[in-house]
Amino acid sequence: MQATMIESLLWIIPVAPLAGALIIGTLCALSPKRGAFPARPVVYVLACVGPIVSFVASCGVFLALRSSAEGVALHQTLFPWINAGGVHIAFGLEADRLVGMMLMFITFVGSLIHIYSCGYMGHDKGYARFFSYLNLFLASMLVLVMGSNLVVMFLGWEGVGLCSYLLIGFWFEDESKAIAGKKAFITNRIGDFGFVLGIFLIFKTLAAHGVVSLEFSDLARNAELLAPIATVAGLLLFLGAAGKSAQIPLYVWLPDAMAGPTPVSALIHAATMVTAGVFMVARMHFLYELAPLAGQVIAGVGIATALLAAIIGIGQNDIKKVLAYSTVSQLGYMFVGVGVGAYASGMFHVFTHAFFKACLFLCAGSVIHALHEEQDIRNMGGLLKKLPVTGWTFIVAWLAICGIPPFAGFFSKDAILASAFGAWGMYGKVLWVAGLCGAGLTAFYMSRLAFLTFFGANRTQEHMRAKIHESPISMTLPLVVLATGSALVGLLGIPHVLGGSDLFARWLEPVFGEPHGEGEPAVVEYALMAASVAVALVGMSIAYVKYIRKPYVSAEPKGFGVALLNALYVDELYRRILLGPIAAGSRVVLHGIVDVKIIDGTVNGLATLARQAGRAIRLLQTGSVRTGLYWIGAGLSVLLLVIYGGSR
Amino acid sequence: MPTTSYLYLAVAVFALGLFGVLVRRNVFFVLMSIELMLNAANLVFVVFAKSHNDLNGHVLAFFVMAIAASEACVGLAIVILFFKKWASTDISDAVEMKQ
Repeated sequence: MQATMIESLLWIIPVAPLAGALIIGTLCALSPKRGAFPARPVVYVLACVGPIVSFVASCGVFLALRSSAEGVALHQTLFPWINAGGVHIAFGLEADRLVGMMLMFITFVGSLIHIYSCGYMGHDKGYARFFSYLNLFLASMLVLVMGSNLVVMFLGWEGVGLCSYLLIGFWFEDESKAIAGKKAFITNRIGDFGFVLGIFLIFKTLAAHGVVSLEFSDLARNAELLAPIATVAGLLLFLGAAGKSAQIPLYVWLPDAMAGPTPVSALIHAATMVTAGVFMVARMHFLYELAPLAGQVIAGVGIATALLAAIIGIGQNDIKKVLAYSTVSQLGYMFVGVGVGAYASGMFHVFTHAFFKACLFLCAGSVIHALHEEQDIRNMGGLLKKLPVTGWTFIVAWLAICGIPPFAGFFSKDAILASAFGAWGMYGKVLWVAGLCGAGLTAFYMSRLAFLTFFGANRTQEHMRAKIHESPISMTLPLVVLATGSALVGLLGIPHVLGGSDLFARWLEPVFGEPHGEGEPAVVEYALMAASVAVALVGMSIAYVKYIRKPYVSAEPKGFGVALLNALYVDELYRRILLGPIAAGSRVVLHGIVDVKIIDGTVNGLATLARQAGRAIRLLQTGSVRTGLYWIGAGLSVLLLVIYGGSR
Repeated sequence: MPTTSYLYLAVAVFALGLFGVLVRRNVFFVLMSIELMLNAANLVFVVFAKSHNDLNGHVLAFFVMAIAASEACVGLAIVILFFKKWASTDISDAVEMKQ
């Protein structure tokens, strides 16, 4: 494929879903009364056409990159965007090999989820609005990924945050869901503050040396100039990533985000938006290579988040909440990967996670759909027979996330753990041990989820049992495709030790450079792999004994279980030390003093002043002749004094 | 006699007239006070005419007297109209504002 021809068509990738969003949105707005949206099939087609076109275009981009020389990136400048003084920022799209890889799975998984949503959201009266938002989200994500400079990326960054808010609070009549949407957006914005400060710092530093640009290619070329501020800028940008990708301390929005429809959870909070943070760190790898301290912080935060989320996940009873904490935990692993400098490994985990996590979420949606909105796993069980396709695809994805070879999760997670082991001496070993514990916990809580949902005795409500049936093909087909992906995509990253050629890392080599010489002898690598698998099997066995061998009696959690259910009271902690004082300060100072006393006081004071002045002046009008004569006399005296007083 | 004494007298008469205009309630007394003021001014003119030996002062005094007379007529006509409207000779009754 002609690379230059593809280059001129880069704009199609984000514009296709954007057009879909605008068209559906306009049709919604123009429909005579609120409920009478355009016909369902029309909306389904319009909604799915955009993502599929993007996917086809992304394939074209990928093939063009494949047939081009190694370091080549496709670039298209759409229009000059910001021209202010000496600053010229163009709206440009760029696709190097990293971006090309991201485009592939984003559009692929995105298209599948759009198709799934046709079945899932079919009964919802707001379905057209849903697809409009979902298309808009996809367009924003593609802008984020393809942006050729930090500003366009930030535009997409904000766009996905907005769409996340719109989609989480989709059923906004339920106040708690609306609040969840708000929480997501505000937490994101706190991170974005750091992101913006990072951008400013980078810009200022480069501009001082005469480089007035935020294009990634220019930043990479002039990376040495950023060395003095690399750590600070890296950490500021990571703050944005922590908000977007739900790391400590800004992860609290993700479990609440499960209030949104399940396809939203699958697309945004598993496969795409939350990976934007990891992607950003990888894109800015040239900066992070200059700041090992920032990398250590990122890896530390990542592993802490991974462990914390895994621990909380053990005590959750809502199927989606378990998956949410699982996502937070897996994102932590991704950050460990990019933190230690193993960008390809981190991105590989992004890639495999997209498949199996999306599959898990869509299966959960299928279960919820079949059980008429039941989400508590204590009321499930034995569903494998009733929902065979859902059940078996879930099993594949479950094995993938536990890290059982040859499924995908094993290769990606193991790559990260191996890189961590080899990094920075003692700290790396600590990271590895913690990662291993996390993997064990992951295996445990995911197995718990699998066993309680699909195996064992059927604990569903009596009146529903007969009616439980498998979901329509619009929903099961994406499940099968994603499960196949979860099983197979791991093979793209078979490490050299096992005889593979690690196609994934080699594809990304032009971007990230040669992997740092690990120097681990093969024996050590085998041992590490064996340890991961062993730990996973241990976790699964413990869950098996606890939930299958002994018949499960769902009881109210007590003791530590209560704390886990309440997510270790982190939200309450934030409320007490942060939100409470801010709200009280707002109420007392900003409202009570500034707003009421100063601003209202000034305005009301002016009115009172006018009134009092009027009252005083009114007294001049007596209507009596005598007063008039007095004033004539007074005026005359003054006049005479003025005229003749100085002539003495 | 020094002219200043006459001027003091004129000032005193003028002051009395002004006082009367401002203070008296009866319209007639107000008119009379106005006449007093006019006469005081007349006295000043005559005194200065005599001391400067200038005839202009005397002539002006005659003018003032003539005008004072016609002004008195007009004033009395106004008093008649005033009485027609307010049925009183008290100027403090002439107030249309509600208290």
